[in-house]
Order: sequence, then structure tokens, then C-alpha cells
Amino acid sequence: MKSTDDSTGTRYGMVIDLDKCIGCGTCVVACSAENNVSVLYDESDKTRNINWLKIYRITNGKEFPKTEVVYLPRPCMQCANPPCVPVCPATATRSDPNTGIVSQIYTRCIGCRYCMAACPYHARDFNWYDPPFPAGMERYLSPEVSPRMRGVVEKCTFCHHRLMRAKAKAYAEGRRELKEDEYTPACVEACPTKAIAFGDLNDPKHEVASLIKSRHAFRLLERLGTEPKVYYLSTKEWVRRMADNYLEGELEGRP
Amino acid sequence: MDLALIPNGVQRCSLKTFVLWSLLWLALIAWGVVSAFLVFWKGLNQTNMNHYFAFGLWIVFDLSLIALGAGAFFTGFLTHIVGAVFIYSFRENLRAIINAAVVIGFICYSAAIAMLGVDIGQPLRAWFIFWHANVHSMLTEVTFCISAYLGVLTIEYLPLILSNRKLKQLPEFDIFGDTLHHVVALFAAVGTFLSFFHQGSLGGMFGVLFGRPFAFREGFFIWPWTFFLFIHSSIAAGPCFTLLCIWVTQKATGKQLVRKATFTLLAKISGWLLATYMIVKIADTIAWAYGVVPRAGLSFMDFYQAPYGVWLIIAEIGIFGVIPAIILITPKFRERDNLLVIGALMNVIGLVINRFVFSIQTLAVPVMPFDQFMTYFPSWQEWGIGFGVIGYGILIFALSYRYLPLFPQEPALNPVEVLGGVVTDSGAIKRS
Repeated sequence: MKSTDDSTGTRYGMVIDLDKCIGCGTCVVACSAENNVSVLYDESDKTRNINWLKIYRITNGKEFPKTEVVYLPRPCMQCANPPCVPVCPATATRSDPNTGIVSQIYTRCIGCRYCMAACPYHARDFNWYDPPFPAGMERYLSPEVSPRMRGVVEKCTFCHHRLMRAKAKAYAEGRRELKEDEYTPACVEACPTKAIAFGDLNDPKHEVASLIKSRHAFRLLERLGTEPKVYYLSTKEWVRRMADNYLEGELEGRP
Repeated sequence: MDLALIPNGVQRCSLKTFVLWSLLWLALIAWGVVSAFLVFWKGLNQTNMNHYFAFGLWIVFDLSLIALGAGAFFTGFLTHIVGAVFIYSFRENLRAIINAAVVIGFICYSAAIAMLGVDIGQPLRAWFIFWHANVHSMLTEVTFCISAYLGVLTIEYLPLILSNRKLKQLPEFDIFGDTLHHVVALFAAVGTFLSFFHQGSLGGMFGVLFGRPFAFREGFFIWPWTFFLFIHSSIAAGPCFTLLCIWVTQKATGKQLVRKATFTLLAKISGWLLATYMIVKIADTIAWAYGVVPRAGLSFMDFYQAPYGVWLIIAEIGIFGVIPAIILITPKFRERDNLLVIGALMNVIGLVINRFVFSIQTLAVPVMPFDQFMTYFPSWQEWGIGFGVIGYGILIFALSYRYLPLFPQEPALNPVEVLGGVVTDSGAIKRS
């Protein structure tokens, strides 16, 4: 898998093996619980509910019995060339040059939603409602992640607070470097089929660094130049084709 | 009852008639106020916007209002700068409408800023754009320039307000208004500078979206082509909107307020700007269709699906672009009153379609191949604020017409006869 992102520092990324994903949704639940994602009174409205990680069900479009279905989990792509960051008028979102993680400053976001218009992955969610936390629910909130208020945009942060926690532990132990398994987002940890791998894409010792070199590795909408740091693996050719737009006949003759 | 406030040398309807007529616009404003209250109280869930349609009707209104309000800066530029330095006839002709153009500009910009205040999720943080400004964002440039330009428009509007017959009696107001009047060319220049940048950066806002192939454009240095296209289209349609507003006022009052030569000059300027805009717009569309689109792996028709079908581009460029350009640049067509108005109206509609397409269709088109084409229809609260703004605009313009010397040629074109003489604009009675 070729990448034009030539950064040499730490570059956290994710590799999702679609052949292993069974679409169970555990990653979504783990993400929501970990990050205090609010639950609307009407969660059936999928154009307004909040999910930092969304699972798309994609098919090869063929009639039974040739139908094939694949589930594609879509967190924030944490692009190396993020379309959302330069457009924010209030500098409420930034890409950390030390980790490559794109974060959102909720208390600075004015809710103009320009970043949502810029993101082709729909990885950003706006709080259309006051987040409802029924009585007693507040006891289940994670103290490490600030809950968001109505009128701001939120997004996946690769569980950035876990990175902070791991770093604090490493510093306390007199270390500067984190081990591969010390920092893992909640979705990665929760996946029952171990379909998601996470680590530093620039560190050859990390599993993700070798996984992205697979001939079955691909990223979503690579042609746009966003340089996502979320990679996918699939042995199915039609799935790899579904990751981007191609003109008729454009892929003919390619493996 | 309000006779003392009405300018000399002109005739207005009775206060009772005016108040009754204003009730309709007040009702629209009330609809807007109720809608805004609901949005502030309950949040943006009162709209039909969603994660797909991050922008909705209000952004279409904003973009259109700001573009149509360009008649103010462009008329100012032609009158005070081009007219004073290069083409004297511009100054002579356009002075008749410059006051109206300023009022229309003020209405458009103040309404757009008010709408943006409702549109953002955290209105109380709007000032963060100035405090935490991201200089790389086109929206930052838009915000800085439209805020500053609203200040310029207020300064340009102020001498007109102070020239009200009653206010003028206070020497302080008279001197202040007169002083502002003398430096109006300076503000026209500042307004032109600011307007070029925010009209452009509004286009740039969409052209920089490299994740959205429908809107993305290459360009010159940091400016995508949409930057220049938005400037061009706004100065092509803005004067036509000014013309239409004045024409409607003439119809509503039953008076000729401006000489026809002024209308035809405005139409001629607009027409040539529209014609040249159409050439670059068509060139841009072809370059986009053969450049950005295939590079993104898409074909032209991928972007046009029901209800946002290919009819939109035919309507924007063909029907409401090329046709009004032909009408307005052809002397024998624009000399005919009805064709002149139809041409101007079509020009304005074409601009609104362009702004609609960039803000709504950009978001409707899916980029991920497994995503779906979305549609959007505004809620009654969104319409409420849209119509509230229209009511606000009409009322401000009507109040300005009633109490301020909005059209300098009005007394001469409509002499008021009293006791065998006519009232001049200085208030004196000239015996006939």
C-alpha cells in the first residue's frame, strides 16, 4: 500500500481487517461508552444520532446466491492531510504533529459545521440536541472525556485520553517510549474477532506497519489526497474497489 | 401625523395606509422571530438539517443575500471611483440610485449576519472567530470582511438617515452627516476592497473543499477559481437586484423614481458582466468536468441525481445565465421595459441557483461509493427565518423610502402641486 505521507515521527493508525469483521457493533458500543457519546431519545434517526464509529453494510450488488455482504467500520480517518482542519474558522480542530491525531476542542467549537461539509467520510457529528443523560446515567460517564454540549461538533479521537494515560504511566516509570500494547483505543480492545489492529504506522516493530504493506490493504477515497491513517484489509477485490470511485474500465487489467 | 418627517417636495401615502401595508411584513418578521426563538431555545434540531446537510436554507439565503447586496459596493465603486475618475456619465446616472443601493446593501448584509447568528450551534461563541482566528480558513476571511463591510455600510447609510427632514434640523446631526458625505468616496473604496475579498472567499469556501469533488476547484495561488467566479457573478447580479428593488418600488408607489437612462445603464453594465461571467463559468464547468471529476474517479452524471438533476445546470447556465445575458447586452431588448425587468430577474434567479447548487448539491452528492444520495427540505422554522428576513428587508426599505430622500430625482420627476405652484426639494413653493 503506497502512501505519500512521508512524516517520520509517531503516526498512529489503524488497520481494520474486513474479512474478520462480523458487523456485531461491539466496537461502536465500546466507543460510545468510553467517550461519553450521548444517546438520543430517538436513536432511529441515523442522520442525527451520534456515533464516532459507524458501521456500513456494503454488498457486491449481486443476486442471491452470489450476494456477498461486508461490514465496514468507519472511525475518523485521522487524515494526514485533513480537509476539516484548515477550514475551521475558530481553530477548534487541530492535527497533532507529534501523533497525527486530529482532535476537536469542544469548548471552542462555534458549531458552524464547515468541517462537516469538508469531510467526505461523514466522520464528524453535530449535537443537534441537548445531550440527554437520564438520572443516574451521569455515574456511568468517564471522567477522562469531557461530555459535549448542544451545538458543537464532535468526532473520534483515537481515544486520545488513553494515550495521555499511557504517557503519564510511562513518564512515572521513567520511560519516554510507549510499548505497542500500552495505548489502544476502546474499539480495538473490544473487537471480539480481533479485526482491528492499532499502533504507530512509522514504527516497523508495530504490527500495523507491516499490515499496511499487504497487497490487500487499502484506504477510503485515496484519490482525494486526504491521506487517511485508517487502513482496511480485504481479500475480496470488489470490496477494495468499493473503497474509492473509479471510472468505467479504469481498473481493468489490474490485480 | 408623521408629515414633519416626510422629505420636502415628495408625496407619501397616509400613515394609516402605511401601517396597514406594513402589517404583512411585520407578520413575516414575527414568524422569523418565533422561529429564531425556538432555535435559540431548543437548538438546531428545529431545522431539517442533519449530519449530511450541515448547511441548509439559511446558507443559501446568506450566500444569495451577500451576492445580491453587491449592488451596494459595486454601484459605490462605479459612482465614486470610476465615475469620478474615468467615466463621468456613470457618476451622473448612478447618483440617482446610490442611496437605494446602500440601503439594499445594508439590509442584505445585516440580514445575512443575523441569519448566521441563528445558524451556528453556539451563537454566544461567534466572537471566537475573531479571538481564535484561523487565518487559513476562508470562513474566517468571510467573517472579518462582512463584519467590517457592515460597518462601512452603516457609515454610508448614516448620512442618509441624518438627512431626514426632522433630524437635519439639529445642527450637530447636519454637520456630522455633511462631514460623512464628504468622505463617502473613501468608504466606497474601503467597501470595494472588503467586498472583493468576502465575495471571493465565500466562493473560496466551497472551492477549497478537496474532499468534495462537486465543489472543489483548482485555481490561482491559494485561491480556487470559485473565488473569482463568486466575485464576478455577484457584481453581475448585484446591480440587477438593485434595479429590481427600485422597479418594484416604482410599481408599488405608482411613481417614476429614477430616469430610464439609469436603468438601462445598470442593465448594460450587468449584462456585459453576466456575459463575460457566462464565458468563464462555462469554461470552469468544462475544466471541472474534464479535470477534477475524472481525477476523483467520477463521471459528470454522478453529480446530477433526482431531485438535483442535470436540469439544475441547464437552468443555471442556460436559461438563467445565457438568456438574460443576451437580453441585457442587446440595446433593443433592454430598452423595452418588460424585457429589461425579465432579464434582470432571470439574472438574479441564476445567481440564487448557483449559490443553492454550491451549498446544497455539494452536500447531497455522496463521495464514498457505498454512501447514498441525500435530499433536504427546510422545516417551517427555517422558512420562517428566511421569510422574516424578507419582511425585514421590505420594511426597512419602505421606511427609508417614506422618511428619507432615497431617490434624489423623485421631486423633479414627480412635482407635488399645491396652490398653483410646486414644492421643491428644499421645501419652498415655486409658483407656476
